Amino acid sequence: MAITLEDVENIAHLARLQLSPTEKQEALSSITNILQVIDQMQSINTTGVEPLAHAYEAAQRLRDDVVTEKDQRITLLALAPSTQRGLFLVPKVLE
Amino acid sequence: MLNQGIADIARALVSGEYSSVEITQAYLDQIALHNGELNAFITVTPEQALAQAAAADQVRASGNAGVFTGVPIAHKDIFCTAGVRTSCGSRMLDNFIAPYNATVVEKLLNAGAVMLGKTNMDEFAMGSSNETSYYGPVKNPWNRTLVPGGSSGGSAAAVSGQLCPAATATDTGGSIRQPASFCGLTGIKPTYGRVSRWGMIAFASSLDQAGTLTRTAEDAAIMLGIMAGFDPKDSTSVDLPVPDYCAQLNKPLHGLRIGIPRQHFAQGLKPEVEIQIRAALHEFEKLGATIKEISLDNSHYSVAAYYVIAPAEASANLSRYDGVRFGYRCAKPVDLEDMYKRSRGEGFGAEVKRRIMIGTYALSAGYYDAYYIKAQKVRRLIKDDFVHAFTEVDVIMGPTSPHTAFPLGAKTKDPVAMYLEDIYTIAVNLAGLPGISIPAGMVNGLPVGLQIVGRDFDEAKLLNIAHMFQQATAWHLLTPGA
Repeated sequence: MAITLEDVENIAHLARLQLSPTEKQEALSSITNILQVIDQMQSINTTGVEPLAHAYEAAQRLRDDVVTEKDQRITLLALAPSTQRGLFLVPKVLE
Repeated sequence: MLNQGIADIARALVSGEYSSVEITQAYLDQIALHNGELNAFITVTPEQALAQAAAADQVRASGNAGVFTGVPIAHKDIFCTAGVRTSCGSRMLDNFIAPYNATVVEKLLNAGAVMLGKTNMDEFAMGSSNETSYYGPVKNPWNRTLVPGGSSGGSAAAVSGQLCPAATATDTGGSIRQPASFCGLTGIKPTYGRVSRWGMIAFASSLDQAGTLTRTAEDAAIMLGIMAGFDPKDSTSVDLPVPDYCAQLNKPLHGLRIGIPRQHFAQGLKPEVEIQIRAALHEFEKLGATIKEISLDNSHYSVAAYYVIAPAEASANLSRYDGVRFGYRCAKPVDLEDMYKRSRGEGFGAEVKRRIMIGTYALSAGYYDAYYIKAQKVRRLIKDDFVHAFTEVDVIMGPTSPHTAFPLGAKTKDPVAMYLEDIYTIAVNLAGLPGISIPAGMVNGLPVGLQIVGRDFDEAKLLNIAHMFQQATAWHLLTPGA
């Protein structure tokens, strides 16, 4: 399947990636080449084959609903680029 | 003493030939001398290392030492280390200091290991040459104009270049085995679920697995024995007992049934590499094994399926890097969307952005069935090929890589050529199986790796097979410049 520059811009937007015009051109060319490799799969007949999401098809393990984490609020906030009064700070969302 | 492995150092520490502080200092001196050129380490931790070594010597003096007490190692910079930067080779995490240790790090620490530092890697483990690192490429100690392989290239170059005796590593599509092959080391990727992924920065969660890069299979047996085991903090960790890998070395190989996939000896394999691999296989025949040609019919499609599945999982995993809670944030964002886009656009390198975009595309409306579901169906066919093969043979062997280490820069402009690097290793991750690469020959002064793949949880068998080969051959003893 061929992609266009508009597709690249749309994908970059969905993935929240800012790309320069040069990066967009490079992405168009390299992703086109990679999709050609990926498209080789289309020649395999997979009718009736169940998708395999995981090498082990085990059910998700459950644990008791008890608190296991200790309070690390101060430690974790210290990793953030910007905080205020114990909260993560981001640019204004609502006008 | 710098060409020693874990077992050698453990014996020397027991006999009192030297102390942990002395051997640790010797490696720190080596790092100071050679890391500038090899670029194998992103972060070196001399103070902590010497403090851990002194503590280990005290433990030994008090009579409580284990086999790993005081043995210096390095960690791939994908494992979280409390108080020491964990960059994952990315600008995004250039300032990230994890508040906790990965389970692998914690287990080795509890066993008395000394951490020398954190090794270089392809950014977020995405690469096969260690050239996508934000911290620059790593050089191959065998020839410094060549790549060490990737993504665990820093760990491989550090062990091969004698900057440490062993290192942790991770493998999503070949990232332990291919650098082991290029640098003349023993590298094991255990069965998916064997080693905890907790605290190991995620790339593709259904494929990622931690393992080791060491000089010998015996060293791998010692180190994996410490790292492996159930961890309730990793939801895909498998709750099975860990065998005593060391106790299972030295078992004769008589009657071992080896399968060689014809697809791994086809077009693309360099003839001089094939000669070395065939000679290694003959060595196994001399040890009593039988060889049978098998077919992995769908292995040709493993790269195609992988480059849908791995980027799809990566695009989800890497969505956490948003400039809010940790990691890089762009300067002066005007609004939330601008902050997300520029933080990610500036914080990620070209290859990471490329894979996020492929994954985003494969998962987007209209393409999900054609790409993602199709790739999962192909994944089952690939796994079924192995299941079928293992009804006829005990292990599968072949080249780890079609060639020896290639020149720096040779494939950086051609992502597809780089992706095809993992042509013999990727299917093993898709099927979740254990695989090991061991030194099995030389071509023009460069190491050649033999890959051995086993059934689920057959690490003990792989390590024994590798060990018996290393008792009969000397390829693993060769060192760069020796």
